[in-house]
Amino acid sequence: MVEELIAQLRALEGEGREAVAGAGAAADVERLRVDLLGRKGRLTGVLRRLGELSAEEKPVVGAEANRVKGELSALLDERDAAFASAAASGGVPRVDLTLPGRARWRGGLHPVTQVVDEICEIFHDLGFARVRGPEVETAEYNFTRLNTPLDHPAADMHDTFYLQDGVVLRTHTSPAQARVMEMFQPPVRVVVPGVVYRRDPFDASHAPAFEQLEGLAVDEGITFADFKATISSFVRRFFGPGAKTRFRPSYFPFTEPSAEVDVSCRICGGTGCSACKGTGWMEIMGSGMVHPRVFENVGYDPERYTGFAFGMGPGRIAMQRYGIPDIRLLYENDVRFLEQLS
Amino acid sequence: MNISYRWLKSLVPTLEGSPRELAERLAMLGAPVDEVVDLGAEIGGVLIARVTEVRPHPNADKLRVCTVDAGTGEPLQVVCGAPNVEAGRLYPFAPVGATLPGGLQIKTARLRGEASEGMLCSARELGLGRDHAGLMTLAGEWAPGTSFRDALGLDDARLVVDVTPNRSELLSHVGIAREAAPGGRADVRLPDFPGGSAVSVDAKPAAENGEAAGVRLSIEDVDGCPRYLAAVIRGVRVAPSPEWLATRLRAVGLRPINNVVDSTNYVLHELGQPLHAFDLAKLAGPEIRVCRAAAGETFVTLDGVERTLEATDLMIADGERSVAIAGVMGGQNSEVGDGTTDVLLECALFDARSVRKTSRRLGLSTDASYRFERGVDPEGMPLALARVAALIVAVAGGAVVGAVDLNPRPFRRRVVELRPERVAKVLGVALPGAEIAALLDAIGFEVEDAGASPLRVSVPGYRPDVEGEIDLVEEVARRRGYDSFPEALGPFRPTEIPQDPSVAVERKVRDVFLRWGFLEARTAAFSPVAENAVPLLNPLSQEEGFLRTTLAPGLLRRVEHNFAHGVRDVRLFQVGTVFFPAADGGVPREELRLAAVFSGASRPPHWSGPAPALDTWDLKGLLDEVARLFPAGSVQPGGAWDLDAVTAEGERFALLSDGSVVGGGGAVDAKSIDAPAWAGTVYALEARLPERVPDVRGVKYAALPTFPASERDLALLVPDSVPSADVETAVRESAGALLEAVFPFDLYAGKGVPEGTRSVGFRLRFRAADRTVTDADVDQAADRVLRALEERHGVRRR
Ligand SMILES: [Zn+2]
Repeated sequence: MVEELIAQLRALEGEGREAVAGAGAAADVERLRVDLLGRKGRLTGVLRRLGELSAEEKPVVGAEANRVKGELSALLDERDAAFASAAASGGVPRVDLTLPGRARWRGGLHPVTQVVDEICEIFHDLGFARVRGPEVETAEYNFTRLNTPLDHPAADMHDTFYLQDGVVLRTHTSPAQARVMEMFQPPVRVVVPGVVYRRDPFDASHAPAFEQLEGLAVDEGITFADFKATISSFVRRFFGPGAKTRFRPSYFPFTEPSAEVDVSCRICGGTGCSACKGTGWMEIMGSGMVHPRVFENVGYDPERYTGFAFGMGPGRIAMQRYGIPDIRLLYENDVRFLEQLS
Repeated sequence: MNISYRWLKSLVPTLEGSPRELAERLAMLGAPVDEVVDLGAEIGGVLIARVTEVRPHPNADKLRVCTVDAGTGEPLQVVCGAPNVEAGRLYPFAPVGATLPGGLQIKTARLRGEASEGMLCSARELGLGRDHAGLMTLAGEWAPGTSFRDALGLDDARLVVDVTPNRSELLSHVGIAREAAPGGRADVRLPDFPGGSAVSVDAKPAAENGEAAGVRLSIEDVDGCPRYLAAVIRGVRVAPSPEWLATRLRAVGLRPINNVVDSTNYVLHELGQPLHAFDLAKLAGPEIRVCRAAAGETFVTLDGVERTLEATDLMIADGERSVAIAGVMGGQNSEVGDGTTDVLLECALFDARSVRKTSRRLGLSTDASYRFERGVDPEGMPLALARVAALIVAVAGGAVVGAVDLNPRPFRRRVVELRPERVAKVLGVALPGAEIAALLDAIGFEVEDAGASPLRVSVPGYRPDVEGEIDLVEEVARRRGYDSFPEALGPFRPTEIPQDPSVAVERKVRDVFLRWGFLEARTAAFSPVAENAVPLLNPLSQEEGFLRTTLAPGLLRRVEHNFAHGVRDVRLFQVGTVFFPAADGGVPREELRLAAVFSGASRPPHWSGPAPALDTWDLKGLLDEVARLFPAGSVQPGGAWDLDAVTAEGERFALLSDGSVVGGGGAVDAKSIDAPAWAGTVYALEARLPERVPDVRGVKYAALPTFPASERDLALLVPDSVPSADVETAVRESAGALLEAVFPFDLYAGKGVPEGTRSVGFRLRFRAADRTVTDADVDQAADRVLRALEERHGVRRR
């Protein structure tokens, strides 16, 4: 019992010292005085239990209580005086308030995740749900169902990691298109972010595993005009109201017409610089109207439904946005890098 | 595909704009240009000059002193070492101030005492070939002072066009010309070659077997080779190509070889048809057979490499042996060389899949195989043969003495039906049939009746990619220009596809770690560990030979990276996928997990005092926090689940949900991390990602207390054998209904505490819902607790 009370008194003393040292104004000192030493204060709270002690024990605890009370009131007076003299002279208080405050570690999301979240949020507003697809895929879903025969040069566009005969690490998030359409009927509006794999060794612009983000919209009556408007709307929201979008014909086996989407260079504004190789444009995604054969493959009626799909690389976009020169920086996970960008 | 701007312009006289404007137009037509290389820029200062006088050098036998007219009005003195310098002739001349390829800057010099103001150049010095035996002689008449580059047409630009795999016809100048010409195909022409004229080849039609100028030809595998044209030219003189031809080839990045080989390469790049010239004298028979290889057969290709063939490889053979790998590369045994006088020209169509298979297996991709894989125009073959024959006759002499066209399976054009209403449905704009027809006609499609619906569109042989209606819709959109279509977002129906539940879970997990000051990491899913892991059939390296089965080791490698860069405070987390082999050997199973690693101080440094290091209790606290994400989640001392292999015994926790282990954590042992001496202990945790976020819909509000609580601290002497959790349980069970909370607030062992025990201070809080708790209530409860502790665990008050 005695030890308990003395321990409490010492704890009170320690806390009190720290609190008084941290008091930033005269009002804080006054508040502390009431809290620590006042009639309903914490010291009184401890003393109230003196009655439980025997006659021999009481003076031991009482003496310690007096000592603590004396210590704390002296500290409080000292602080009071410091504030009073500072106020009188109009000068800097004795405590050097230019010293840095006490910080905590700041957590943060990886820059690629930040970009993924931002993209998903914008498409969420455009009515797209966020779903997930498997990273291990069959060649059937990764290629064939997306209208890409394995023995066609189009399959060379991706260098593929094989796990077994006919089983691959997905080379793009596009197989999720087929999986979603097989599971649900239109209207379909989904975005599918996720890791994809290409058999490219790490260098400044290649990584064997990186983030991709797929989008798909299918319903009756969706046209090229909807497709262009949706993508341009996304571009303006993501890159800023002044960002211009350019659609160029391209080739992907599972879309037709296919388009590469360029956004006006965010660094030079379109006049041409080294970041955009002088073109004034930066390539941000591959896209197009869903190929009717993909609809046939998943059991949709291609005469009834139309739609569009797109895929982009959030890692590449993060690199453009933050001026990251080497993709390996994204995967080194250097704390100094992550702290900079979070 | 490399395109020479000048070459293109010779095919399309109406072509306008600079090379960069052309690149822009091609990009908008679907053939983006990766790079525009200015050719001839480095010889921009070189002039054509006339040597008017040549005298011996007074101090050197091998040097001559020349007087040069470079069009400046002032005769210049130039010292020259070339043996072929002659008075009265024109040579390329680099005046003082000019630079040559390689960066050589021309300055006034004194050679063995004679002043020299400039340099007369050899072809090699100008980057135009290997010939440096003497000065480059110029056949032709130019005024001295004329720009050498302009006079020889060396002011060219190379456009590096990125051709998508579906557009084989763009792998030729004619294909690009047809796209880029303002009027489409109507603007494209094939001019006669300098010093030559069109040659009539007159190939005799035949089926699988035929004959040309005494050479027997046969196709033994019609699937592999549906058409084979050949022409025999006798009397050629093999020599270096004339400068115009060499210049063209260099402009597209090819090295000139000799006039016959260069001619086949030229026509390949002009028309896209691969061609091959055999030295007729080296063909046994003479005979040509298109057949499959003998399994295990070896064959030396033109590049000098011995290749081993399989029975599925398509070959060209003569009467005795193989002479070429069909569509890939010719053989050394029938190569055209200096002594060649008679050649057999091959203009064939080989099956795309067969060529692709052979080329990939041999790791040998050539200009020819690249085009065969993507599709060669069967209709353009007779023209290509005539064109290359004309070029060879023009640059190497000789005459066509016979030709044959083995065509056992004649090509028939595909007719595709296109509904204008389908165009409108996909593109959102109704286009009249006449406009559609005109757009398609410009690039070679033929529309029977522009007023009909559907339009019947016949597809030219060079567009094998156009198979169905949607392909034509794309052509219409492409040729009209994607820019010409409106952007208009129509009303849309909301989807009812639910968001994947893992999205919300991942967000919760991130919240926890961000609150705790962790940074999110991203690591690749490869691992060197083979145990119960999924192997990659074609990994990049052994260290990346398998798919990970746990996240923490990848994060520990990242901790090492940070340590190696002097960063000692590291807190990383990740949500990622791990992979396991399927029990039945089927498609591997995936599992989403969360993991974190940390080491170092608990907060950034501050002047008020040192920050304590993160330790086991931070780990346990974090695990407790993670446990809250699981149904009935809890943390217990014990094994660290999948982290047993990397954590130290004795400092491990298991994470449980509904009684089964779903994760764990612990202090990483020394052998599992490469840490410098200054680094603190590293901790790791990992768990399965909960399937869904905790369901808060069942949670009900509990009324906040209205009466004050009363606290009682108990300093207890606890035997070392009794875990504090057992003490806590005993307190809860014995304190009675008024106990609201109990927790340890102090721990002490050492001086003043008996051996074999430790002093633990517990704080008990009592509260009643309907009255103020009295001292008597608390005293009674404390007595019960102390009795129970003494009886059950031998715990006494200190
Ligand atoms: Zn720019």
